[in-house]
Amino acid sequence: MSAHGNTYVPKSALAKWFESRLPLIGLVHSSFVSFPVPRNLNYFWTFGAILIAMLVSQIVTGIWLAMHYDPSAANAFNSVEHIMRDVNYGWLLRYMHANGASMFFVAVYVHIFRALYYGSYKAPREVLYILGVIIYLLMMATAFLGYTLPWGQMSFWGATVITSILGAIPVVGETIQSLLWGGYSVGSPTLNRFFSLHYLLPFMITGVVVLHVWALHVTGQNNPAGIPIKSGKDAVAFTPYATVKDVFASVVFFAFFAYWIFYQPNYLGHADNYVPANPAVTPAHIVPEWYFLPFYAILRAVPDKLGGVILMFSAVLILALAPWLDTSRVRSCNYRPIYRQFFWLFLVVCVLLGWLGAKPPEGGYVIAARICTAYYFLHFLLVMPLVGLFETPKALPGSILETVTGPGKQVSGSGMPIGAAAAPSSKG
Amino acid sequence: MANTAGHPESPHGAPDGTRRDFMFLATGAGLAVGAGALAWPFVASMAPDAETIAAGAPLEVDLTPIQEGQIVNVFWRGKLIFVRNRTEKEVKEASEVKMADLIDPQADSARVKQGHAKWLVVYGNCTHLGCVPIGHQGQYEGWSCPCHGSLYDTSGRVRRGPAPTNLPIPPYVFESDSKIRIGEEGGKAVA
Repeated sequence: MSAHGNTYVPKSALAKWFESRLPLIGLVHSSFVSFPVPRNLNYFWTFGAILIAMLVSQIVTGIWLAMHYDPSAANAFNSVEHIMRDVNYGWLLRYMHANGASMFFVAVYVHIFRALYYGSYKAPREVLYILGVIIYLLMMATAFLGYTLPWGQMSFWGATVITSILGAIPVVGETIQSLLWGGYSVGSPTLNRFFSLHYLLPFMITGVVVLHVWALHVTGQNNPAGIPIKSGKDAVAFTPYATVKDVFASVVFFAFFAYWIFYQPNYLGHADNYVPANPAVTPAHIVPEWYFLPFYAILRAVPDKLGGVILMFSAVLILALAPWLDTSRVRSCNYRPIYRQFFWLFLVVCVLLGWLGAKPPEGGYVIAARICTAYYFLHFLLVMPLVGLFETPKALPGSILETVTGPGKQVSGSGMPIGAAAAPSSKG
Repeated sequence: MANTAGHPESPHGAPDGTRRDFMFLATGAGLAVGAGALAWPFVASMAPDAETIAAGAPLEVDLTPIQEGQIVNVFWRGKLIFVRNRTEKEVKEASEVKMADLIDPQADSARVKQGHAKWLVVYGNCTHLGCVPIGHQGQYEGWSCPCHGSLYDTSGRVRRGPAPTNLPIPPYVFESDSKIRIGEEGGKAVA
């Protein structure tokens, strides 16, 4: 995975035999043991590891739930109750899975905003970043499909609303809708194929995660200073430094996760989803899960159906253009006094959109949602290009080491052995 | 390509490249057809299956138990359909609206069967995102959608967005004054 030198030396005869046939241990060693990590990383950089832990947790609990779940419209709701009441620890598996989805999004939002604050999307990390946007899109699709499976009222109507969105696509919309439904409306065939796809997508996510990590190990990690590793003293070895920090952060995060599982297992869901699906009655307020609310607010802010759909999808896709919309060459907002304020404004607008997405679509809420939607897009289309052109950034530190020890000070030792072969430092 | 022994001059004197190009294109075309033929069953299997289609046969609805002013829900092909026995006042309101006031202009007379003006039969899902609007509610006393606030009048026409169009009319015929068949038009079942 990594372009820098392979420092793994097999010791035993068996290891030598294996390594000369498949250099797997060397690959793992160079990627996750000897890989040079900037020494100034803060805890926001542990969310990548937390996300991998969440992905594994979701896949494992999901596979176990699938052993007891029945994806037919007649039995799906009952089989979920069966998991809750009859299956040994079924309640735990289901609460882990349902709250795990929310925790997955908590972690991914921290991860995304960290990338936006510290400019991790800028050259040479564009491909790394776009792979991340693709993972985010796959996560959204997976979460939506999963939410339909309990076949409660919110499941059914969520599926109806979202598949109706696809019906707004000109010319091919209705064909796509019919192929998704497998009938004339959302029904048992729909539930069956959603289950199949819900099982498939996490493995596609895993595949893209492998590419994402690969790209990360080609360019090396960004860091709070946003400057590249210049000498061995700027870096520490992935193991033990990053490994231990990642494990510690994951443990703390899982404690947070456990709070939801054991104390508030239904807080993040909707009571309406404990009512079996009924195509004749819509719940009073159809509201998606919290992690979709900002996009839902954008959808509803537009009085035109197709326009709303286009804007909602654009809101996600525009993220992928950030590397080219941002004209500043300084990565970290720590050194961008003006853009930093716009960053926080953007974060507030996103949270506000989320709040508005949960409110009924009337009166002042609609107006506020329109203003926030406008700012959301202006941030990318106007603020990112213009601030980069006019802003005078603060002086960047001479090296990563300086940001940790202060300028001019020395640390003992020679640091990481990264010489000419250390790809990360040469590409920054 | 470098292997000259593999493609000697054609006995008919045609340049060697032509024959190779032809074979290349023919193979490519064959592959494309084969890939398409292989993909087709996968896509087609996602379309409504025979059982679903059979269950979508026309549906007979007896109108006699439906009181004046009442809206009854029926399902045809898994889709909700409102059968509304409109009061005289509702019919009057629906037919007196000016076309210029409508988002999706359509006369009330075009939305009911001739001679059966009090019976309104419309699909019961909001044309915005498919929620079920609630009857007898909203400013126009037709339907009001709880999801995104669309309003419909007593003819099922949209009067306030975000819904873009009127509630559509399913295919149906009057078998007698008190019986309709949904899913039939012009004497035969719709596809």
